[in-house]
Amino acid sequence: MIATHALTKRFGSLTAVDSVDLDVRPGDIYGFLGANGSGKTTTVRMLLGLVMATSGRIELLGQPIPAAAGRVLDQVGAMVEGPAAYGHLSGRANLALLDASGPRRSRGAPRDRTARITQVLEQVGLAGAGRRPVKAYSLGMRQRLGLAAALLRRPRLLVLDEPTNGLDPQGIREIRDLLLQLHAGGTTIFLSSHLLAEVEQLCTRVGVLDRGRLVVQSELADLQAPTGRTLVRTSDAAAALALLDGRVEHRDGETLLVRGGDPAALNALLVGAGIRVRELGPERRTLEQAVLELTGPSSDRVEG
Amino acid sequence: MIRVELLKLFRRPRTWMTIGLLDALPTVVAILLAVTGVGPRPGQGPAFLSAVLTNGSLFSVAALAIVLPLFLPVAVAVVAGDTVAGEAAAGTLRYLLIRPVGRTRLLVAKLVSVFAFVLTAVVVVSGTGFLVGRALLGNQPLSAVGVTSVSGTTLTADQIAGRTVLAIGYVAFSMLGVAAVALFLSTVTDSALSASMGALAILIGSTLLLTIDASRALQPYLPTRYWLSFIDLFRDPILWHNVLRGVALQGVYVVVLLGAAWANFATKDVTS
Repeated sequence: MIATHALTKRFGSLTAVDSVDLDVRPGDIYGFLGANGSGKTTTVRMLLGLVMATSGRIELLGQPIPAAAGRVLDQVGAMVEGPAAYGHLSGRANLALLDASGPRRSRGAPRDRTARITQVLEQVGLAGAGRRPVKAYSLGMRQRLGLAAALLRRPRLLVLDEPTNGLDPQGIREIRDLLLQLHAGGTTIFLSSHLLAEVEQLCTRVGVLDRGRLVVQSELADLQAPTGRTLVRTSDAAAALALLDGRVEHRDGETLLVRGGDPAALNALLVGAGIRVRELGPERRTLEQAVLELTGPSSDRVEG
Repeated sequence: MIRVELLKLFRRPRTWMTIGLLDALPTVVAILLAVTGVGPRPGQGPAFLSAVLTNGSLFSVAALAIVLPLFLPVAVAVVAGDTVAGEAAAGTLRYLLIRPVGRTRLLVAKLVSVFAFVLTAVVVVSGTGFLVGRALLGNQPLSAVGVTSVSGTTLTADQIAGRTVLAIGYVAFSMLGVAAVALFLSTVTDSALSASMGALAILIGSTLLLTIDASRALQPYLPTRYWLSFIDLFRDPILWHNVLRGVALQGVYVVVLLGAAWANFATKDVTS
């Protein structure tokens, strides 16, 4: 759905995006991770033809960007760096204007248009607020309206930059459910975010951008692979320590980190020795650990 | 897209506020003239003001002359400066472009909406001037008396009507030059205010240079040089020379600046 080859963008002497090869496949929920200033938004803008690449190629739905932007973007819904709308108009009027701005072929019959607007407003939970002027909306409502605009054309591909920004926990949950529902209906989702938890809960594949370079691109499950160690919580920590002499890498109160990736065997061993096990399982890297290992210091940190 | 831009323009309260304010100044002048009966001495003050005391019907042209030097260009610069930069600042520009709206198409639609604003403003100002003038300064039917031209001869009602339409067209076309400057600057900056102020700075600079003898060599090329030449349309016979030069000069400004706006916007990185 999205493929880039050696995509590079320089602003003067600053290389914002450096030879990035993205590969987003149909059916993915792709998490595009990176710290603030790592080049995520610039990449997203290049994908959508807003910013021109210095070098490299972009294919969106199999068509070259920006050359085919006029044909392809119709099937792509996007939210880039927060929502935007005309404050003096209602949410509904904003959606209608945006819809009417596009190519004639994608607009459909007037009745169909109104129905679509009603439908997306319901989907994002703004059915009751469609007639209020946008300047009276809260940040969360604006975010929902931005999402409604992205969904308006029932896109095959959704490109979302920080979609849950400004939403409360319930709102985040709602949007996550909505995205999962859209994904189940066949929509590919490209989600750019610096919120690791959000990506961890939602995505199937991730790419991590660090200071303009794509340092990893893989299945989320691979990044979270077991580390070959087992976490044990026991009330008899001292006894367990004695029994597993030499295999315990770390002890923190009742929690032991034991070398060896077979929790079942370890459990049998402990229970056989009469040690009471409260909790036991393979240690997995969290996405946060994986990302921190792969990336350098925060890129909005400026050393003197 | 053009329909959408026109909708946006005319559904915006600011558009009508601006036109309302444009109407306010000539109306105030008309009231003062009607109450005091004191006109400026011939050759001083805005054009036609002495003439309107004898016939209110001419006030539609006088109203244009009143707003032309400053009020009208300010209004046009504000609206045209806002076209692209205002969308950029509000963040709506990126959503329009990924809708997708082609960049050239967007620029053309913005241009048409600015044209529409200029024309509406000029027509409303002269229309209001006509009504206010007839109501406050006497409404002798034009056909009965005829009107004295700037040259001193008498023009018939038909001649006056035709020449007023020509004057409206000329003033509107002159304002397109302002619009083109502001539209170009609007594609350069993301701040609508900077674009409008930049356009005004150029006009004020041009007006200033026109008063300095040392800049005589430049004067035929300054954008405001022929603005007031629409007065020549009310001479008998019409003095076409400056009017035509004005149209040609504005045409060149409009073509060059719109070309520059297009060249800049079509390949620009939209980072707003």
